[in-house]
Amino acid sequence: MDVPVSYYLVLSGIMFSIGLVGVLIRRNIIIILLSIELMLNATNINFVAFSSYLGNLSGQVFVFFALTVAAAEVAVGLAIIIALYRHSASTNIDDFRLLKW
Amino acid sequence: MGTIVFFYFASVIVVTAALVVALRSPVFSALALLVMFFHVAGLFVTLHAEFLAVIQILVYAGAILVLYLFVVMLLNLKGEVRFHHQLTVGLFLGCMVFAEAVLLVIKGEFSLGMNLPDTREQAQLTQGNTESIGELLYSTYLFPFEIASLILLVAMVGAVILTKKGILEAKS
Repeated sequence: MDVPVSYYLVLSGIMFSIGLVGVLIRRNIIIILLSIELMLNATNINFVAFSSYLGNLSGQVFVFFALTVAAAEVAVGLAIIIALYRHSASTNIDDFRLLKW
Repeated sequence: MGTIVFFYFASVIVVTAALVVALRSPVFSALALLVMFFHVAGLFVTLHAEFLAVIQILVYAGAILVLYLFVVMLLNLKGEVRFHHQLTVGLFLGCMVFAEAVLLVIKGEFSLGMNLPDTREQAQLTQGNTESIGELLYSTYLFPFEIASLILLVAMVGAVILTKKGILEAKS
């Protein structure tokens, strides 16, 4: 336990940036959802690191809630992907510009 | 010792996270994410959050990732063009966000890092991690806990409705 808390923060910053880049540059919708999971995990590491260093368990409870929301997000997101695939037989993000002008 | 363990977990997490974004096949991306979830759980164990480590493996690796793999294999995706044409812009924005995060961490270390109250020793609990979280969850956070169950119900209904036939089909 001799690791300073800023190491955890930098690690979670790296993870979050990678997830953000993944959302921005990939074309496959499934990979974009995976990158969102990556970003959620980065915030979870932040919460747990601070909860451990401040001796306060509320941070871990918040990670629990974030996990619930992540599970719900995955269920709905994958359902949307399946519906989109049925609609146009593709998971390429460039094929879905229905809401653009 | 703790530093070596941390750097092992951190390096594996960063490499697998980069692989998730960089690999061509969605199946391999999901498997890289599986390795990352296990190492994040290991990081939780070193932070004395054993309950969350187990939940991480059960929910993320056990449920969410299986769902991903199920959908990837159901759709039977072919190899395709990997990157968007906004590759450079995306990379630039990612580097910017990372630089901002590092800057904030450095500033925070300056202002409050030195006198961050080190309560780890007195927080040595007489009861286990799981019992403490359970007590907190069923007393202070009882209402958010009920809301969480409602969110899961809504997600379940939404997933069933969305995947029903005849919702998003092309008009023929």
